[in-house]
Amino acid sequence: MSRKPLVRECPPTTWYFRQPRYLRYMSREITSIFVGAYCVLLVVGLQRLADGPTAWEGFLLALKSPASIVFHFLALVAAVYHAATWFNATQKAMPLQIGESFVPGNLISGAHYAAWAVLSCVVLYLAGVF
Amino acid sequence: MAKSHKPVVWFPFAAGGTVIAFCIPVILLLTFLAALGHVPAGLDYQNMHVFARSGLGKLVIFGVVALSLWSSAHRLRCTCYDFGLRADTLAATVLYAAAIFGSIASAVFLARI
Repeated sequence: MSRKPLVRECPPTTWYFRQPRYLRYMSREITSIFVGAYCVLLVVGLQRLADGPTAWEGFLLALKSPASIVFHFLALVAAVYHAATWFNATQKAMPLQIGESFVPGNLISGAHYAAWAVLSCVVLYLAGVF
Repeated sequence: MAKSHKPVVWFPFAAGGTVIAFCIPVILLLTFLAALGHVPAGLDYQNMHVFARSGLGKLVIFGVVALSLWSSAHRLRCTCYDFGLRADTLAATVLYAAAIFGSIASAVFLARI
């Protein structure tokens, strides 16, 4: 004789409104939509670059449309949010043990933030922003 | 021992997540500046062309684009499921196919430069 199976009621499309932490999880999930769309934009940019100077200038001009500006703003917020949550998670995902004790988690996340800042500054410098 | 195809999916996903976290915000900032009318000198055709023609440049561009595409495809698959789309096999097939197509397209464009 088998026991009555446990059936958890879970509305498939609205479950994340039940708990603030589910909403925080979903707010991170939707950053993937913006990052994914931006990856497509990168591939298109690569195509324009391969097509020559005129196509590339056209690509840069298309970036200046109002829709593109709004998209870039939203995508930048999403990308920074994704990066910050990713680095915050590193201390849980790869705890570092030296001898008997663990390296403090904030040190691991902090090192990632520092590397992120240095890398971003180097890229901005190489791109001639400053 | 049971064999799983999961590592094949997971390695590029984790690598892509790291690449997206470290590289995409600053690349986005560059195109955002261009969108606002302040095109950085590095985004001029001449500079981009020289960068994309070098072996190292090709490697960096392909690595960033392909890993980001793969990671995004995997995350979008999870997002579809979380929003209630239960056709997971369909979502996975469409998204991974798109990521593979985008990666091959990137390689072809880079080879043409």
